[in-house]
Amino acid sequence: MYVAVKGGEKAIDNAHRLMGQTRRGDPAVAPLTLQQIEQQMPLAVARVMTEGSLYDPELAALAIKQAAGDLIEAIFLLRAYRTTLPRLAETQPLETTRMTVSRRISATFKDLPGGQVLGPTFDYSHRLLDFALAAEGPDTPPPAAPEGSPPEVADQPMPRVLSLLADEGLIQREPPGDPEARVGDITRQPVDYPAERDVRLQSLARADEGWLLGLAYSSQRGYGNSHPFAGEIRQGTVAVEIVPDELGFAIEIGDITLSECEMINQFNGSKTEPPQFTRGYGLAFGLAERKVMAMALVDRSLRAEELGEDIAAPAQDQEFVLAHADNVEASGFVQHLKLPHYVDFQGELATIRALRREQAEAAAGKDETP
Amino acid sequence: MSDQPPPDSTPRQRWMAALARAPRRRLAEAVAALDPLPEHTVLRPPEVGLGLVRGRMGGDGRPFNLGEMTLTRCTVRTSAGHLGHATIAGRDRAKAELAALLDALLQEPARQPALLSGLIAPLIAEQAAARTACQADTATTRVDFFTMVRGDE
Repeated sequence: MYVAVKGGEKAIDNAHRLMGQTRRGDPAVAPLTLQQIEQQMPLAVARVMTEGSLYDPELAALAIKQAAGDLIEAIFLLRAYRTTLPRLAETQPLETTRMTVSRRISATFKDLPGGQVLGPTFDYSHRLLDFALAAEGPDTPPPAAPEGSPPEVADQPMPRVLSLLADEGLIQREPPGDPEARVGDITRQPVDYPAERDVRLQSLARADEGWLLGLAYSSQRGYGNSHPFAGEIRQGTVAVEIVPDELGFAIEIGDITLSECEMINQFNGSKTEPPQFTRGYGLAFGLAERKVMAMALVDRSLRAEELGEDIAAPAQDQEFVLAHADNVEASGFVQHLKLPHYVDFQGELATIRALRREQAEAAAGKDETP
Repeated sequence: MSDQPPPDSTPRQRWMAALARAPRRRLAEAVAALDPLPEHTVLRPPEVGLGLVRGRMGGDGRPFNLGEMTLTRCTVRTSAGHLGHATIAGRDRAKAELAALLDALLQEPARQPALLSGLIAPLIAEQAAARTACQADTATTRVDFFTMVRGDE
């Protein structure tokens, strides 16, 4: 039960002032600029945009600054800001096959049409602290390009890795779907279980990365029947198109950076389907490789029902996974516990005292019986 | 590895895409160079809002909603009667108005050749060059993995 409390305004104002001081730190140190955050913490910006469900790197940088680096608080700020804006358009579905790729790898085929490019990655690094960064100053030159002439940019197409398998009929094709069909939108309609895959993917895209990572890990360790391979991981930029009503034709409004993962999973077949591979899909704003890998694993786990698999593990349980995936909701409910519950607690206290009194009286009554 | 405009795009689609990707400064310079500033009416002032971004299941399947992005739109009419429109990613109202004005002016046969050669062609070239530079950087990380024969046989 919630009971309004009065008073404390001055204390609250001062607490916010102190939070401002804590956020700012030592005033002798230069304040962070939004450009610094946007340029030098792109992975934090990506997480805030993806889980805040709003692509705008500058606003994400502002949210990170205001939240003093608490990314879940920053996500909350971005979600709240989003509600102040009207929705003016729906984009055409992104054509990630036409991505200008900055990274593209496959763990399933070493030779691919279009090749593999590592791009910017922490993979293969030794995870040793780089003390040169600690000594970096404004005059430190940025990491240099390699010597010699730049390599030929082969403008060769990069077909989707999974389409190579699909051409042989060894993996399920994604049905193209009806372009006129309504696409589920959890920002307008609450989720009904069981949810369709469009609704699940939207929920997973907004879902907390840590939650998805833990669930994905559980599915790999045996809680759910998952034998995945990273079929393809892509990062890069994709043009965004909309069709304004007043024009009636598609226009490109800019590019956004995306991460994408397609997982390949075993499937033993069913009465109607031969043994084949099945898919899990992950897509996120910005550089968010771990997120999209985890998302793809969980997407596949949640397809258990449609593939006729037993639902035996937490990662296969739609309502368990999706209803607890949103970190704004989760932190709100967990953190509300610190707000005043004085009346509630007085009620509980009275109950416990009454129970103990009854117990003591009953015991005393027994003792008196000869 | 390319994200070129679709081959069937119209000239107007190509210039609108170039304007949407351009830095605001370039559009402002191009408009400032038109002396006097062409008379125009802002039919719909720059408005910041959201676009619902759609992905596709498996990259090529049915659509789903990935999230939203900020965008800004604006519509103007020039004294010659051309309607100019812009919808651009982000929240730059001034840039949206400049882009809408330039879109209208580009529809005027008398102005089009100079704007195409003086603004749009250089923008398209710069945007392509920036993309090529990124691709060249990326190409330095191209790998050829080869499989080692396991020695435990």
